[in-house]
Amino acid sequence: MPVRTRPAPTADPAVTPRPVPAPRAAVGARTLRKDNWWVEPLVTVVVLVGFVAYGMWAALRNGNYFHDPYLSPFYSPCLTDNCLDNATPHIFGDISPVSPALIILVFPLGFRLTCYYYRKAYYRSFWWAPPACAVPDFRRGYQGETRFPLILQNIHRYFWYFAIIFAGLLTYDAVLAFIYDGHFGIGVGTGVLVVNAALIWLYSLSCHSCRHLCGGGLKRLSAAPLRRRVWARLSVLNRHHMFFAWASLLWIMATDFYIWLVASGHLTDAHWIA
Amino acid sequence: MGYDLAMRVWRGDADGGELRDFTVEVEEGMVVLDAVHRLQATQANDLAVRWNCKAGKCGSCSAEVNGKPRLMCMTRLNLFDPGETVTITPLRTFPVVRDLVTDVAFNYEKAEEVPTFAPGRPTGDDGHHRMQQVDVDRVQEFRKCIECFMCQNVCHVLRDHEDKKKVFAGPRLMIRYAELEMHPLDTNDRRDLLREEAGVGYCNITKCCTDVCPEHIKITDNGIIPLKERVADASFDPIAALGRRLRRHSPADDGTGGA
Ligand code: SF4
Ligand code: SF4
Ligand code: FES
Ligand code: FES
Repeated sequence: MPVRTRPAPTADPAVTPRPVPAPRAAVGARTLRKDNWWVEPLVTVVVLVGFVAYGMWAALRNGNYFHDPYLSPFYSPCLTDNCLDNATPHIFGDISPVSPALIILVFPLGFRLTCYYYRKAYYRSFWWAPPACAVPDFRRGYQGETRFPLILQNIHRYFWYFAIIFAGLLTYDAVLAFIYDGHFGIGVGTGVLVVNAALIWLYSLSCHSCRHLCGGGLKRLSAAPLRRRVWARLSVLNRHHMFFAWASLLWIMATDFYIWLVASGHLTDAHWIA
Repeated sequence: MGYDLAMRVWRGDADGGELRDFTVEVEEGMVVLDAVHRLQATQANDLAVRWNCKAGKCGSCSAEVNGKPRLMCMTRLNLFDPGETVTITPLRTFPVVRDLVTDVAFNYEKAEEVPTFAPGRPTGDDGHHRMQQVDVDRVQEFRKCIECFMCQNVCHVLRDHEDKKKVFAGPRLMIRYAELEMHPLDTNDRRDLLREEAGVGYCNITKCCTDVCPEHIKITDNGIIPLKERVADASFDPIAALGRRLRRHSPADDGTGGA
């Protein structure tokens, strides 16, 4: 059993008081950066606010989210009696007029909110802690992720477990998108849903918690050759986690929008049926 | 081809100081440290600057150039327009000694608090320790650190919140912890220490340390985040805790080191 350790006290602070640290250089300007460091946080804010606005519209509109055989990812799995599709059992009964999207949204939302990458993105752009490197924090006080509520970021792995279930469900939706009234077929919507499922898998599998749970947490990787191989593969994906985070986010939006266009009659889905 | 470089250099000490303007004749191919040396040789003989290897390997010449932490000896002047003023200031996070020299003792004090490497009993028949390359591969990345302390300097926890120096060890020390925690022979468990005294929770993974590291160590992705996950194993994951309790009855070592 490994020993839990504490540092050996090097000096008793009560006996040998540390000399008061000398002051820092009085540079004056809060930052001397001359480049456009504010562009990155600004773009992040614009995209994330755009997504939240779109997401609210999508989740609350409670209609035009299903066009046989395409189901919008915002409404998958659809679990209530007022659902337009029948892919999953309607275990929540009749909750109308509440949108069925609201029941399930907490899982993907929680997953993304506690994601290590999105944390970086919103701490920088919304919290301004820090807005950019070598640009000072906006607030004087700072507790990081040591207190409630941000200490809850540590439960990210639990959201990951659900994320894997959701990735499976979205894959199921993509498979169903090949079946038009009992006949095999392929349409533009099929492609959109397949790409959506693929991006969600890439995002969920490149997750830092996933990398840790699958093998990164081992002290001796050689003791578990299979987990070591899985860990090595996931580490490759993990390097692109930020890309998958944005790509999957934007694609979910595009997928829902496409299905809305088709379902509301603004567009006809081109497809071929065997 | 030579040209005149406009430089603005912070001069002063603990009692105060200011940015002073200079014009220095420089040649193509020079780095910022060369320009500082020329300034010292021709106009400011008493300018204090720390350097040693001029090869990006000793970590002595860290400073802030146009507001960004950089190794002066690895920053070529052709990074800037010939007409641009190059501003050089000492590292902001540490107390200034004089001009461009700061006192980085804080980092060594934090290093002293890290419980050292504690190998268990040798497993080889011959009384020697045995390790496999695959087990030390990821640890070797952290060994590349040249202790330039630019990550400690840029980390907003230490840079913008002086009081947090007491409770947060900083990114350079985090990779030291990671190196030991991932070491196949080490038997210490530093996870409670990481959560409490070393303050890993103060890091909000905003990655400025990774951005500035001249050795391109993935401090956040490969060091701090895996440490946060290890701390979560020990303190924030009831299911993992239950698994550990159940497994405690079976002596088989699955290589998790208690995880
Ligand atoms: S990632 Fe963490 S340790 Fe690195 S600079 Fe940011 S807050 Fe500091
Ligand atoms: S981790 Fe990188 S930035 Fe930090 S002290 Fe080491 S070499 Fe410098
Ligand atoms: S989903 Fe981004 S780190 Fe887990
Ligand atoms: S002088 Fe050694 S790193 Fe610059």
